[in-house]
Amino acid sequence: MELTVGPNQFFWAADDWLKLYRDLVTAPVTRVVLGEVVCSKRLPFFQDRIPEAVELLQDAGKEVALTSLALVTLKRERKMTAALAEMGVEIEINDLSALAHIPQGTAFSVGPLVNVYNESTLGWLANRGATRVCLPPELPLESVAALAEVGAKTGVKIEVWGHGRLPLAVSGRCYHARHHNRPKDNCQFACEDDPDGLEVKTLEDQPFLVINGIQTLSDSYASAAHQIETLQDAGVSALRLSPQSGDFAGLCGLYRQRLDGDLDGAGLEAALHAGWPKARLSDGFLKGARGADWSGASQLA
Amino acid sequence: MEIVCPAGTPAALRAAVKAGAHTIYCGFADETNARNFPGLNFDREEMQEGVRFAHSHGSKVLVAINTFPRAGAEDIWHRAVADAETAGADAVILADLGLLAYAAENHPNLRRHLSVQAAAANADMINFYAEAFGVKRVVLPRVLSVPEIAAINAETDVETEVFVFGGLCVMAEGRCSLSSYATGKSPNMNGVCSPPSHVEYREEGTDLDARLGGYVIHRVAQGEPAPYPTLCKGCFSAEAKTGHLFEDPVSLNAEQLMPQLKKAGVTALKIEGRQRSRSYVAQVVKNFRAATDALEAGLPMPEGMLARLSEGQAVTTGAYKKTWR
Repeated sequence: MELTVGPNQFFWAADDWLKLYRDLVTAPVTRVVLGEVVCSKRLPFFQDRIPEAVELLQDAGKEVALTSLALVTLKRERKMTAALAEMGVEIEINDLSALAHIPQGTAFSVGPLVNVYNESTLGWLANRGATRVCLPPELPLESVAALAEVGAKTGVKIEVWGHGRLPLAVSGRCYHARHHNRPKDNCQFACEDDPDGLEVKTLEDQPFLVINGIQTLSDSYASAAHQIETLQDAGVSALRLSPQSGDFAGLCGLYRQRLDGDLDGAGLEAALHAGWPKARLSDGFLKGARGADWSGASQLA
Repeated sequence: MEIVCPAGTPAALRAAVKAGAHTIYCGFADETNARNFPGLNFDREEMQEGVRFAHSHGSKVLVAINTFPRAGAEDIWHRAVADAETAGADAVILADLGLLAYAAENHPNLRRHLSVQAAAANADMINFYAEAFGVKRVVLPRVLSVPEIAAINAETDVETEVFVFGGLCVMAEGRCSLSSYATGKSPNMNGVCSPPSHVEYREEGTDLDARLGGYVIHRVAQGEPAPYPTLCKGCFSAEAKTGHLFEDPVSLNAEQLMPQLKKAGVTALKIEGRQRSRSYVAQVVKNFRAATDALEAGLPMPEGMLARLSEGQAVTTGAYKKTWR
């Protein structure tokens, strides 16, 4: 199985953003998807660094793709999406409106925010030129296996959410702005202060979700640590790791060791807890009664 | 403008038709539609009978098949499309790409509407669905303002339908897995959100806590009315702030915006509430029908007629006025 790094979902300062990709140059990942997926207002702050990041990674032999925005409503956002298609780099669509700008016959990939739940949808996208699909994180292992089978037949690589806070929802409304009592158009980029999202707790003070601009994610970091063999047996091609603060390139290395058999599930779980002591883990979407569940041995309070 | 009214039961369908609904939408009693609640929806025979009744009164019936078919079980959704056509439905409301492709190929004469669950929020996407699958109408997501809706209508020939009354999703519809994260049941896969099976009310001292999937997301003093713990309208804390971080527990009432929506080129106004009683449905329909008739006749809109139907809840015009933009 390959490792793919998904687009950074959070808003980081341009230097930190570029450093992430510099660090990935030597990381054992095959593919990197970058660009802005959550909020079009963030893009101008690091847009000029994108060509450098793309070049760095391509020179290091990585496959590179650019993500489209998850929610396209404004004229400016539609233009941005159209402009993506002209950058000469493969596009990962995370909203179907990007398809309007990809010429028939041009290969593209499909990100986890597009609803690919069944064989017909996968088949239709394959026909339209999709060569790789990262499945929605909500899908259980049985669906993953059924879709991996279709992927194998149609030549579409199937990717599964392997690690990172789960993208649970997008909205027209910005919750960072709402939290700070600001209108969306004058948000003053409040999300920049929360490099892994703003923690949302229940009324019992139980960590539950995080807010990231218009996006809502899980508090827990999903991890496929204990499902690797099942995913390999199902014919899944790649595992997606979603950037987080801390030694992310090191985290990629841990997953590579797990895929290569140098770490078992428990070993990876222990290494994740050691490296990110505050991070709660989950794998309930793949195998559990609900998304927040964790099949591993240890869980933080 | 056309009023599109919910029917969770055959009785509600008849009540809505008699109250003057131009169009009814409903679904089969299974996971193929996004209001898959116990005791709701239509079996095959009831659907046929419902369509017959509506047609005999000059009303249309739309069948919502708007969840995302499960891998390995797509035939359940395919049968639903076939049975809707057999029942004489005027259109099916679909959200899934694969199901749209299937319906376009196998039931070309059955009119296709794009469900709000597809969250088509711009003209590029709407035109894509029209070109690829012959979609004739789109139900717009509840994240758009009136000027944005007008801009969409200027760029597409696809009819637009917008929600004007009832429950309000604050997240982009069809792209939210908050419910399955907390309960394992999702709108996309199971047709339910924050399901009652996972709700628990528990007395804690002088408080009454409402839990969803074990998470406490509402707390009121005992004796106060306890709101239903829908995830995105729950009460949470972040930093030093506790409150409705996502959305207040409000429901939508865009009644007063009907003239603007008409001017924006909207074809149909949709009322949420297939889980509602037939008397509720009848009353809402009657009021909205009166308002549309007044609007079409160039008469002033009746004022504030639906306030009491919002059950004492706060109402909002949602994104249409977008004060938070």
